Amino acid sequence: MKYYRSHVLVSINETSLASGVQAFIAALRSELAKHNLSEEINILETGPLGFFGRGISLTVYPENVNYESVKIEDIPELVDEHFLKGRPVSRIMLDTTGKYSPKLNYENRIVLRNSGIIDPENIDEYIGAGGYEAWEKALTQMQPTEIIAEVKKSGLRGRGGAGFPAGVKWGFTAPIEAPQKYVVVNADEGEPGTFKDRLIMEGDPHQLLEGIMICARAVGATKAYIYIRGEYKLCISRLEKAINQAREYGILGTNIFESGFDLDIFIKIGAGAYVCGEETALIESLEGNRGNPRWKPPFPGVKGLWQAPSVVNNVETLANVPFIIAKGADEFIKHGTPECTGTKVYTILGDVAHPGLCEVDMGTTLRTIINEYAGGMKKGFRFKAALVGGAAGVILPDRLLDVKMDFVSLNQYAAVLGSGAILVMNEHQSIVDMLWSILRFFRHESCGKCAPCRNGTQHLYKLISKIRKGEGTMEDVELMQTIAETMFHTSFCALGQSPIMAIRSAIENFRDEFIEITKK
Amino acid sequence: MTLEICRKYAPNKDNLIQILHEIQDTHPQHYISAAAVDIVAEYLHVPANHIYGVLTFYTMYSTTPRGRNIIRLCESPPCYIKGSDNILRRLKTVLGVGTGETTKDGAFTLELCACLGVCGNAPVMMINDDVYGDLTEEKVEEIVNKIRGAK
Ligand SMILES: Cc1cc2nc3c(=O)[nH]c(=O)nc-3n(C[C@H](O)[C@H](O)[C@H](O)COP(=O)(O)O)c2cc1C
Ligand code: SF4
Ligand code: FES
Repeated sequence: MKYYRSHVLVSINETSLASGVQAFIAALRSELAKHNLSEEINILETGPLGFFGRGISLTVYPENVNYESVKIEDIPELVDEHFLKGRPVSRIMLDTTGKYSPKLNYENRIVLRNSGIIDPENIDEYIGAGGYEAWEKALTQMQPTEIIAEVKKSGLRGRGGAGFPAGVKWGFTAPIEAPQKYVVVNADEGEPGTFKDRLIMEGDPHQLLEGIMICARAVGATKAYIYIRGEYKLCISRLEKAINQAREYGILGTNIFESGFDLDIFIKIGAGAYVCGEETALIESLEGNRGNPRWKPPFPGVKGLWQAPSVVNNVETLANVPFIIAKGADEFIKHGTPECTGTKVYTILGDVAHPGLCEVDMGTTLRTIINEYAGGMKKGFRFKAALVGGAAGVILPDRLLDVKMDFVSLNQYAAVLGSGAILVMNEHQSIVDMLWSILRFFRHESCGKCAPCRNGTQHLYKLISKIRKGEGTMEDVELMQTIAETMFHTSFCALGQSPIMAIRSAIENFRDEFIEITKK
Repeated sequence: MTLEICRKYAPNKDNLIQILHEIQDTHPQHYISAAAVDIVAEYLHVPANHIYGVLTFYTMYSTTPRGRNIIRLCESPPCYIKGSDNILRRLKTVLGVGTGETTKDGAFTLELCACLGVCGNAPVMMINDDVYGDLTEEKVEEIVNKIRGAK
């Protein structure tokens, strides 16, 4: 074992890759070598760090100094000042105390607790952090019914949008006698503005695998498929590595831990269709078909992949499971509210001081998330609205920012918490423009299977385009609502039921803007 | 070539999407030809029309030849409000093509796509497997020229 004076954690994720992090690391290594520091300073490649930052981000231990948006040109100063003289370079340091600082809250994390701390490509680091203890416990000390009881008790709800209690879902599938059952992981993440599942998989792939394993044991599935979108190259390669490591360690495979239980996990790649995030469309796609949704019932838990009972869960949902089993449901329900337990990972975008990710207790208000975790508005910008939950979400004005972020409270606003995407708009951005962009998205993503959505999305786009050009009337605005409501009642799947959310919230909360633009 | 790719997978229909990905990715013109469809259909024992159904459903596939570099610019709301429309306009002028078209020299095809999950860096585009974020009009011009020059 080698001892280093300092560890530099470099975040490797799609963001930093886009900023040239590989070249950066090479340059940093050679600068360290030049100063004979290679033996003293260790560079570790890890997942997304606790804060987001644009471009390349670093954390230096033991000082626990964070740098963000570091450039290759900064390296000589960084090495000379920080690593040689021990003086952190304040110019590029992430300030965590100032007015515009984000709150990092490592203490409160469940899903992201290892992210940015361990090397996600090394199973030993995951095990060192307590990983796979829950799996061993679930397999050797717990009956499937006990696992399900514990997950039910934890109150864990699905994090893919609808918020259905995970334990209840598992409870439907577990008692069914069938020659084969499956766990299907929804990693298709296509809701605009959402990339929490990507961060979870990039930062800690083994945690997801462990959650899948526990779920499989609970419901009696011996095969699991992770359906992941084709664009998430880094996630795919990290998950492949993780699965291979788990197989080598005998954590996956046949007769795991001498328990007689067999399990294997496979990765399947999507090909670019938002609707494939819908669980039955996803199953169609897994079978090698067009991603058109199926009629429910029967639900996938009864008849899913190849008509076999299949539990479909979101990445974040399953990533919560190891914690629940290892620490117990009681520990889990200390987070969040009585109806909505645990934490939630959000991605915050737009004109805030620190766009990025945060994991906070369920029920934290939107205002707190924006003002504390994202550091408030960017200097010089004023808040106008937040699009919450992506294209299938709602547009909220300032006076509604005190809404609690959990499944129940947002339901009262006739919406779902959705994907955890928060897009903050400034005073100069137009709600009509925003709605236009949302409806363009739906027009493109409608799968065409049912008439209300196929035709409705076209009509909505035509109407909003006309309004946006200043050629519409308030009747057109009302007509949009009527069409979207009809779609809500008659569409085959939840995609066609979604546009009403954005339309109604935009018109209700920003009516003046529609009046203004239609009166020309 | 196509058959070799097929043989890496078991002849089951559920491998169709992965097989098509690999055929397309290894083809210099990033598309799936009618001949390839026939080979896959025979290998998997599925009708060719099923494969066309799949090919036309998913946005990542093309049944017509494309450029060596596929530019996919995100037009979803978070990228849109960060100015993806201006980026599109600039790309069109720099490349001299419209959306869905390929440059005469076969170097680039310009496409639009939905959220790529890298919205923290909006506006965003992918060129083949690489993500380019925080785009400005100047930056995209530079990126395109760099790829052109590297050739
Ligand atoms: C159009 C549409 C897109 C969806 N996209 C996703 C997605 O990208 N990821 C996801 O986990 N769930 C998505 N869902 C929800 C899934 O249908 C399903 O409810 C979820 O995967 C269940 O997992 P959970 O209970 O763990 O949330 C989508 C639903 C619809 C209607
Ligand atoms: S509602 Fe839209 S996406 Fe869903 S089945 Fe109908 S056409 Fe397809
Ligand atoms: S909206 Fe463009 S990458 Fe997500």
